[in-house]
Amino acid sequence: MTKLNVNGNAVEVDIDPETPLLWVLRDSLGLTGTKFGCGMALCGACTVHLAGEPVRSCQVPIGSVGDKPVTTIEGLSKDRSHPVQQAWIEHDVPQCGYCQSGQIMSASALLESKPRPTDADIDAAMAGNICRCGTYQRIRAAIRRAAEIKRG
Amino acid sequence: MSANLQLTRRQVIGGLVIAIALPGCKPSHKSSGAVTTLAPNAWLRIGSDDSITFFCDRAEMGQGVYTALPMLVAEELGVGLERIKVEFAPPGDEYINNLIGGQITGGSTSIRDAWEKLRKAGATARHLLVSAAAEEWGVDARSCRVADGVILSPQLKKLKFGEVVDAAAKLPLPKDVPLKDPSKFTLVGKAQRRKDTPAKVDGSAVYGIDVKLPGMVYAALAQPPALGGSVKTFDDEKARAMPGFIATVLTSSGVAVVADTWWRARKARDELKIDWEAGPNASLNDAKIAQTLRKGAEGEGRVARHDGDAAAAIKGAARVVRAEYELPLLAHATLEPQNCTADVRADGADIYVPTQVQQIAQAAAAKAAGLDPKQVKIHTTFLGGGFGRRLEVDFIPAAVEASKAVKKPVKLIWTREDDMTHDAYRPPAFDQATGAFDDKGNLIAWNLHLTGPSITARMFPSVTEKMVDPFAVEAAANYPYDVPNVHVDFKQQEIGINVGYWRSVSHALNCYVAESFMDELAVSAKKSPYEFRKALLQKQPRFLKVLDLAFKESHFNAPLRGHYHGLAVMEGYGTYMAQVADISLAEGKVKVHRIYCVADCGMQVNPDTVVAQIESSVIFGLSALMWGEINIQNGRVQQTNFDGYKVARMTDAPRIDAYVIDSTEAPGGIGEPATALVAPAVCNAIYTGTGRRIRSLPLTRHRLS
Repeated sequence: MTKLNVNGNAVEVDIDPETPLLWVLRDSLGLTGTKFGCGMALCGACTVHLAGEPVRSCQVPIGSVGDKPVTTIEGLSKDRSHPVQQAWIEHDVPQCGYCQSGQIMSASALLESKPRPTDADIDAAMAGNICRCGTYQRIRAAIRRAAEIKRG
Repeated sequence: MSANLQLTRRQVIGGLVIAIALPGCKPSHKSSGAVTTLAPNAWLRIGSDDSITFFCDRAEMGQGVYTALPMLVAEELGVGLERIKVEFAPPGDEYINNLIGGQITGGSTSIRDAWEKLRKAGATARHLLVSAAAEEWGVDARSCRVADGVILSPQLKKLKFGEVVDAAAKLPLPKDVPLKDPSKFTLVGKAQRRKDTPAKVDGSAVYGIDVKLPGMVYAALAQPPALGGSVKTFDDEKARAMPGFIATVLTSSGVAVVADTWWRARKARDELKIDWEAGPNASLNDAKIAQTLRKGAEGEGRVARHDGDAAAAIKGAARVVRAEYELPLLAHATLEPQNCTADVRADGADIYVPTQVQQIAQAAAAKAAGLDPKQVKIHTTFLGGGFGRRLEVDFIPAAVEASKAVKKPVKLIWTREDDMTHDAYRPPAFDQATGAFDDKGNLIAWNLHLTGPSITARMFPSVTEKMVDPFAVEAAANYPYDVPNVHVDFKQQEIGINVGYWRSVSHALNCYVAESFMDELAVSAKKSPYEFRKALLQKQPRFLKVLDLAFKESHFNAPLRGHYHGLAVMEGYGTYMAQVADISLAEGKVKVHRIYCVADCGMQVNPDTVVAQIESSVIFGLSALMWGEINIQNGRVQQTNFDGYKVARMTDAPRIDAYVIDSTEAPGGIGEPATALVAPAVCNAIYTGTGRRIRSLPLTRHRLS
């Protein structure tokens, strides 16, 4: 049994400890908002927060998580009220939407460390998240807007 | 292919073909529990509880049909968009796309096909509801009106839609209902928030890969490493010993391993020992493909355009310019890897699948299950990208066969590597262009000889039996410039592997060639790329409008210091477009700073989606231009993931300025065209900056990216 803290809930899963966190979230815990895109930390679709840091969950064996809290898109807010989610809605960022959970998790982690991100900060924080629909321009604008909302 | 997908010339290349097929002559009426439902046509269900459900018969893959199609209905029905609940429609002949001849989401046709059809569907429902209310009040229906889902009598009595559905269901369907004049639209043409955004920012949107059924198990698939190969024998002894293992199934696509989680299925798959038959492509490689195309180019193809006598004009010309262009194979690389969830039982099957082709998916699943198509239900999910990849159904049979074998619902997911190495790739091309001037410097002949494999010959063979592949000569047969002698032909030359429709299809191939070569001719004529084009587009007012606006907004003749501008124009999908690329070169590498894109796509439904699709298409075209290339060695695709197959990221994304012309013309498609102009606009800018003419893609071949 592996114990995990996911979105504030203590859970136990009976599965091989080398299983990537991504697949435990999706298949064991039913948290399918976190997506599989590449399996090699190249696309960012599986980004979640591990103790507040953005990580590619396809590369995190559950045995290595320990008591660090995991936050997924489902745990970011209960009602789409996180500033990043609000800004994403305002700018109608998603198209196919498949990458957006990962984009939002990367963006929300960025704003925790950099409340006033520069273009270079945004490039650095978001370069690991591929969007095949090419919503980058809106993502950039929405991050700026989210920063405003967050600052109040 | 199901039999009803018969494309006709008129359907493929003709204008808007409207055929509204309302089943039966009376609206159907269904009761479920206490709620009764009015079903005036295939798209709408209006409940006695005042609910309105719209069946979206096109796949939502990012292009916005989940919002734009119900907007068309809501406009005529007289309700706010928020009142309409959207569900994805099952396969059905009533949902056939009249512009393509099947229930297909592709070809940037969704709005053009739905424009009258869905407004009629909304207007018909409104007519029935208003007639029922008028009858109850004993007034003339024409004196009643509808405001936000409420019917009002001249005396301002009110009835909700839900209150009259039972009476409306008893009325005969009206034969012909008048539609609103576009000048009276209150919803269509006004930017609306996407209906799918909320579910796409909280992780609740369900894609194919997210489907979960009771008792479901998971499968991973080992496919032949060489395209066209097959399984000789396999040994699954080690796989059987892996945790969670349930079964191995020899499918028509390879060996599937079924386990209790997908990760375990994948781990067990990697333990299979398979002896592969390499098949007909065992020695296929890039050089051989290039050689095959060059050899194929010898001789005439099928003629797509023939004005005057280009051959004679070239022979007698004062000056002739010739060039050859080459384009590579490309993968679609949808971010959601291909997947399918199948629940096959003895008496029927349910298939949950992200697909652009519900009817073809149904036929493929039925064949794999050994069932009649009528016994197979297709449940379309959200698509994590389409771009033409999900016009293919190659990922369906193995899921069906595995479910049938283990007698359980099975979710089959391809890895990224499976997906990258088993695509139906965008066709490569070898194209020869010739232009000729008379002694006064007038362009008197244009000859474009295209060579490449035909997607349509495989997908819709009945079309290419009769005519040149219409999807191979896009942005070539409609050469817009005023030149007296024009000849365009397409020589079909197969290369041994399947090619597929890829966002903007041949526009992306042919616009690159035609608009690059127009720039070559401008240089030869010693004219600016803008003036040269403009002089030859004097009879094309919609072209002139987009060209002039792009010229003006980009300050085409005054780029920033160290920046270079390039231009391209195109008509595709009924949309006229001009793009200007603003680039610089640092240490010999191209940096695309900004793309100005001007579109005249006729009347718009959701203007913000029009802009979003331009932004999206530009990035898609940019990825292909900069890095997009699939290489083949011994029949095996060399790129396996996003490390080898690079796509644009935040750091590569230029600023995109989209300008959309106010227009009362018929709607044009917008999901694809902007993809096609990026390469010629950027390559023409590279010429301006370096004097190097880029006649093959991607730019990595020239060490420019």
